[in-house]
Amino acid sequence: MMHIFCPYCGELREEEEFHAKGQAHIERPIEPEACSDAEWGDYLFFRNNPRGIHHELWIHAVGCRKYFNITRHTVTYEILETYRMGEQPGITAETLAAEQLAQSAAASAASSTTQQTGDARP
Amino acid sequence: MSDATTLDPQAVTDADAATRSQTSVIDQRPALDVHLQTARSPLAHLFTARADANAGVVLEEKAFLGHLMLRGDPAQSGFAEAVEVALGLALPLTSSTLNLNDAGVSIQWLAPDEWLIIVPGEEAFAFEQALHEQLSGRYQVVNVSGGQTVVSLSGAQARQVLMKSTPTDVHPRAFPVGRGVPAVFAKATLILRHVSAKEGESEFELVIRRSFADYLGRWLLDASEEFGVCIKA
Repeated sequence: MMHIFCPYCGELREEEEFHAKGQAHIERPIEPEACSDAEWGDYLFFRNNPRGIHHELWIHAVGCRKYFNITRHTVTYEILETYRMGEQPGITAETLAAEQLAQSAAASAASSTTQQTGDARP
Repeated sequence: MSDATTLDPQAVTDADAATRSQTSVIDQRPALDVHLQTARSPLAHLFTARADANAGVVLEEKAFLGHLMLRGDPAQSGFAEAVEVALGLALPLTSSTLNLNDAGVSIQWLAPDEWLIIVPGEEAFAFEQALHEQLSGRYQVVNVSGGQTVVSLSGAQARQVLMKSTPTDVHPRAFPVGRGVPAVFAKATLILRHVSAKEGESEFELVIRRSFADYLGRWLLDASEEFGVCIKA
């Protein structure tokens, strides 16, 4: 059984209590009349389908019945964070990429040091 | 044409009177004696008295209680104080908790801006009026007594019945006295609350919607069968 952290209840709850409601942070155009058909169509129908980080809207349907956001990895299904409505995600594709870059840089630096000193540690 | 929304200036100067005049509260049970003779609770047809001295599970419908839903912003000044004055119970501000007293009044946190108040049935109207008198600003009180009922689940094996029925963790460590949550229960939903634990025996309350009552009542009887079931009516 998977547990999801509800930011309003402040605790982990059963997955069964939640429903996914699609992509988060979709903004309705302020002036729909001024939109082109393409812009309006984008707003209504077109959603991101990324391989990696995805920000999603969820609802704690059997619980506090509040909507909130989840940052989820679409490959590993890992839930990286949950945050309230109106807040911005702390983890995005950019921050994750930067983190991975820093990690690989640190790893390569470590391996080059190992070669230089002839340390045989694995 | 006169503006229909313009209030009488005298009424506007008296803010309290203006608030009260906009709130109409109807006593949903004006004639209690007649009501009790004719009304049938949602589980009356299922929970007929059944005695069993060795029963592991004791079921009892707490019928015809007053159920009030309260909405409001606890950050609003005076909100929590007003509720406490009206009910004689502190407003629970911690998630998934409930406060109750010996007079049969309870208030449970459901969401950051929503609470369930359960009071003795004949006092529902008085409590509703008291809340309207004390509260001001943006708030909502709705009497939902006709829409739901309460089942008390106790006995030595009460927790086993819950474990068969809901994914919610009901271990005393995770679900102590004073905790209440909406829960998935036998593929339906209800509000589950742990109201007391005396001599190691816990009493749970299940707040059930009227439309689910027949199904959940039958489920509870079936799930309790193996432990021996006693029904108080």
